[in-house]
Amino acid sequence: MIAEPRYVGQSVRRNEDARLLTGRALFVDDVDLPDMLHAAFCRSPVAHGRIRSIDTSAALARDGVVAVYTADDLGEYWQPGPLLVPPPPIPGSAFNQRCQVPLARGKVRHVGEPIAIVLAASRYIAEDAVADIVVEIEDLPPVVDMAAALESGTALVHDDLGHNVSAKVRQTKGDYDAARKNAAHVIARRFHYDHGASSPMETRGIVAAWDARADRMTVWDTTQAPVIIRNGLAAMLGLSERQVRVVAPFIGGGFGPKMMMFYPEEVLVPWVAMRLDRPVKWIEDRYEHFFATTQERDQIHEAEIALDADGRILGVKDVFLFDTGAYDPYGLTTPLNSQCTLLGPYVIPAYDSTFTCVFTNKTLVTPYRGAGRQHGVFVIERLLDIAAREIGIDLVELRRRNLIPPDAFPYNNEIIFQDFAPLRYDSGSYAPLFDKARAMIGYDDFAGGVDTVGRRRGIGLVAYVEGTGIGPYEGARVQVQSSGRVSLATGMGTQGQGHFTAFAQVVAEQVGCRVEDVDVITGDTDQFYWGAGTFASRGAVVLGNATHAAALAVRGKILKTAAEHFECAEADVVVGEGAAHVAGVPEKRVTLGELAGLANPMRGAVTPGTEPGLESTQYFGPEMGATAAGVHAMIVAVDPETMMIEIEKYVVVHDCGTVLNPMILAGQVTGGVAQGIGNAWFEKLVFDAEGQLLNPTFADYLLPTADVVPAIELGHEVTPSPLNPLGTKGAGEAGAIPVGALFAQALENALDLPAQGVELLEIPLSPSRLWELASS
Amino acid sequence: MKPAPFTYLVAHSLDAALALKAEHGDEARFLAGGQSLVPAMNFRLAQPAALIDLNPLDELDYIQSNGTLRIGALTRHRALEKANAHPLLHEIMPHVAHWPIRTRGTIAGNLAHADPASELPAAMVALGARLKAQCNSGERWIEATDFFTGPLTTALGDDEMLTEVEVPTLPERTGTCFMELARRQGDYAMMGVAAVVTVDEMATCTAARLAYLSAGPTPMLVSDAGLVGTTLDDDAIAAAAETAKAAIDPAGTVHASAAYQRHIAGVLTRRALVKARDRIA
Amino acid sequence: MTRVAVIVNGQSREADAEPRLLLADFLRHELGLTGTHVGCEHGVCGACTVLVDGEPVRSCLMFAVQADGKTIETVEGLADGDKLNHLQRQMREQHGVQCGYCTAGVLMSMTALLRETPSPSEPQVREALSAHLCRCTGYQNIVNAVLAASS
Repeated sequence: MIAEPRYVGQSVRRNEDARLLTGRALFVDDVDLPDMLHAAFCRSPVAHGRIRSIDTSAALARDGVVAVYTADDLGEYWQPGPLLVPPPPIPGSAFNQRCQVPLARGKVRHVGEPIAIVLAASRYIAEDAVADIVVEIEDLPPVVDMAAALESGTALVHDDLGHNVSAKVRQTKGDYDAARKNAAHVIARRFHYDHGASSPMETRGIVAAWDARADRMTVWDTTQAPVIIRNGLAAMLGLSERQVRVVAPFIGGGFGPKMMMFYPEEVLVPWVAMRLDRPVKWIEDRYEHFFATTQERDQIHEAEIALDADGRILGVKDVFLFDTGAYDPYGLTTPLNSQCTLLGPYVIPAYDSTFTCVFTNKTLVTPYRGAGRQHGVFVIERLLDIAAREIGIDLVELRRRNLIPPDAFPYNNEIIFQDFAPLRYDSGSYAPLFDKARAMIGYDDFAGGVDTVGRRRGIGLVAYVEGTGIGPYEGARVQVQSSGRVSLATGMGTQGQGHFTAFAQVVAEQVGCRVEDVDVITGDTDQFYWGAGTFASRGAVVLGNATHAAALAVRGKILKTAAEHFECAEADVVVGEGAAHVAGVPEKRVTLGELAGLANPMRGAVTPGTEPGLESTQYFGPEMGATAAGVHAMIVAVDPETMMIEIEKYVVVHDCGTVLNPMILAGQVTGGVAQGIGNAWFEKLVFDAEGQLLNPTFADYLLPTADVVPAIELGHEVTPSPLNPLGTKGAGEAGAIPVGALFAQALENALDLPAQGVELLEIPLSPSRLWELASS
Repeated sequence: MKPAPFTYLVAHSLDAALALKAEHGDEARFLAGGQSLVPAMNFRLAQPAALIDLNPLDELDYIQSNGTLRIGALTRHRALEKANAHPLLHEIMPHVAHWPIRTRGTIAGNLAHADPASELPAAMVALGARLKAQCNSGERWIEATDFFTGPLTTALGDDEMLTEVEVPTLPERTGTCFMELARRQGDYAMMGVAAVVTVDEMATCTAARLAYLSAGPTPMLVSDAGLVGTTLDDDAIAAAAETAKAAIDPAGTVHASAAYQRHIAGVLTRRALVKARDRIA
Repeated sequence: MTRVAVIVNGQSREADAEPRLLLADFLRHELGLTGTHVGCEHGVCGACTVLVDGEPVRSCLMFAVQADGKTIETVEGLADGDKLNHLQRQMREQHGVQCGYCTAGVLMSMTALLRETPSPSEPQVREALSAHLCRCTGYQNIVNAVLAASS
């Protein structure tokens, strides 16, 4: 914690906005190099099939086409991609690694899987040439339905495996069977929760340039993890990491699928650039994006909860299926998040959870904002709603009765989290979140009923916790320039989260300059060598604290240099407004730029054991994740005839520890809620029995628009994390997580569905689906 | 998502446009606003060998509303939206996609595209409009009810161009209403209805036309619906809603099951008829 | 190839274009005006929206050859040098920008809205803004910025 912060905690306007608002910010597709070639991909039209032949002769003969490659042309470069996140060491668990390949060989395993890459003078010509390629594919029965995929005799996504199980994991806490025996109430339901496509407004893209004279590769990549991509590409291309520079410039939204995926296109474009010795650009188009960029999808949970007569939870059992798609390079992150996040803010003494990951002939599933947490939250929140009804107590009261008390932290949930550490909640105080949300939404005064135009009004209130801020580490280098400006370099890229500002605030706080005098350099591996990436709601925690440490160290150097300059004690030096002075003598000052010069002298010697300059590089790796929490509540009006809805009021009360910039935090939460509304009510990837996606356009895959996303009211509580000096917890995903559960509860309430024997046990819903369920 | 190559032909007069079409036949497509054609070309679902750009034809950009409403082929949606030339069309226009699409999209392009989910085709059917088709050798008028022959298909010949829409003046004591249900502002609707009802001096209904979008392969017209001869009382309207539900043929979409579409057709019919009735001056 | 001449942000510019070249690609790659972004190439997302003869248009649904002789305004023309215009300033003040990818199109549509309707209501802003997909902000801050920028 910082005593009397000046910048940290302030809603400082963003340093990066001027560039973004004037069109000057560089995005990957803005990179234009002389002699550049453009790539397009021939992709599988079917979900599952055996490649009989590929004829590229007509494509090669087309004017403007320079090269066409298939799997057979890649030689030893053809390798399955790396396993990005290995499975955690959970006893008895099974994991079958099958990672994606750069170009399909032998079989195609999902619609859109790349078969050939075309290089041409323009993207237009490259697309013409893709249409020239003739691929003969023998159709195989597609594996589409998860449950059917597990039946014997079904088609196999990976023939050598002999079945379609990607992984199976059971984690337990306490003795659920014993808990169940003692229960007054046991409630069991089947839940189906589907999460969709992250759909950043900027699709993926990559530009690679090989400089044969300098022996260097430069790659501009829409990645959330430039350092990991640099390391991986160097290894694949047989280069030193020092020979590869990966730049993640401004990125137009990420939300997970732009992680270090080593997508086929990401692996091939640099290889082609080297082979042809020409710059190569590939920009994914929106249609490709629906097939070629990873998604999240559905889980089917068979879950039950055991409670005593007073509504205290005795235990939860859950068995669920997870659709991992055709390959599983991201390991178990998403289903583990579902498994762990289900436990929520509640005391659940016994837990028995088993999941099975299933290979299907569909696009790969990897984390997308929330990353499986939505699914787990939906299951527990729905079970509690049903339990409250069965026991006959108010559903908020039931939740309050089961909250982990504030003196129980750190609270050990025993099972293993995605960071391989036991799931321990570092800190929290949950009752105030409920109380504030309850007051803000007007829960106790809510009358429901019918509004003036015949719509039925309903209310909902749900909670979640989110494990955030996981390791391994991030690093930061803070340096005072001779100009007096201060630079912060990190390996962590930005996709809109305000890194140029929030981390500048952390620097300015310690170094004593203005926020706008801090230049933040992110996502350029030549500027900072080490790092992991922007994911898992970890930036403010991991990079925030690394930055804080580096800024503190630079502050120490400033004080030391200034004390030497003034020939006074360090304790007498005051730093601020870009300068230092002796306490009580403000007119005698030396600027940070001058101090930077003094710390880097042209004559004399740098004292042994010290370094030149006002610079420091520091790293931060948390021992385990920090646990954020929140409560969402809403009032919804439903036209009972058409099932069209209007969200009258939406409230979020959340706790993510110390807040670096409330304005940016509010933006993150609000944007997350909008994506949650999409997930709950608008967005659904619709596949047919052949594994074909039926709505791969923005006309039919419905992102929420300005007419359907309401104003979001925010309330804050602050329980600082004891795990890091700033006390921060992550917030990037929080807004998106509990919205599905909230919709189900509020819509049930509005339409009084349980009284009619109808329960909403699935997400997404839609007017059509809600009407079908309500009239069933 | 880049269009396939095509030959670009520019028409600087209507005669030139018709001559080019006669020359190239179904190899060529007219390019008006392009707001449906260009997306289809970007997806390479449409790969015309030639485009005949009609945009220079200012002579076809007009709205004449003294008496019968005449709308020139190149009239943009935005112009019709601002003109307030007809109560039903004025009510419809904000539902047609979004402003930046309406800026370019043309009335005739919309109609000739013949998307059964589009609003204007249903409106023209409800209003009993007629459409002028011209070719090198002459012109003919086609009733809107005959114009739409299937999804994305019309009665236009390969050498013909839709050049004008004529919307008859509404009879006295006529009320109109348009309603649709779309997931988001500007989306193609899950269901929509254009209702036109006329009563006599005794408030007895003498004509009723209901036209539906997203309800079948073409705009679906339900005439009378049992309303003629009634006073458009709530019972008659409820019965008409049932009649209409049975008459339409929605196929279901990724957003709405066929059963739901039929259900909301009934709801919208009832609500639109009540409003149309109440709007009769 | 056809020579296409346009006036962009007050400057005469020209370049060659084959007929199928989309206006968005012409602006970005032939004229180097990369502030206009491409998000879907089927007219839904609105990122590529520019003003043609003062009206908002999807530049992914218009061929460059059709823009010959037209006056075009793009995001690069809004600021006066380094000085953000009123709407841009409000977008920063109200935190209407996160990743910034949709922003250029939003700014151009909202510019057109404010010219035609200098004091729009919130529903009017939301209706106009519904022509744009933003995946980051949840829209409210953009709505606030437009309202704050209205006269």
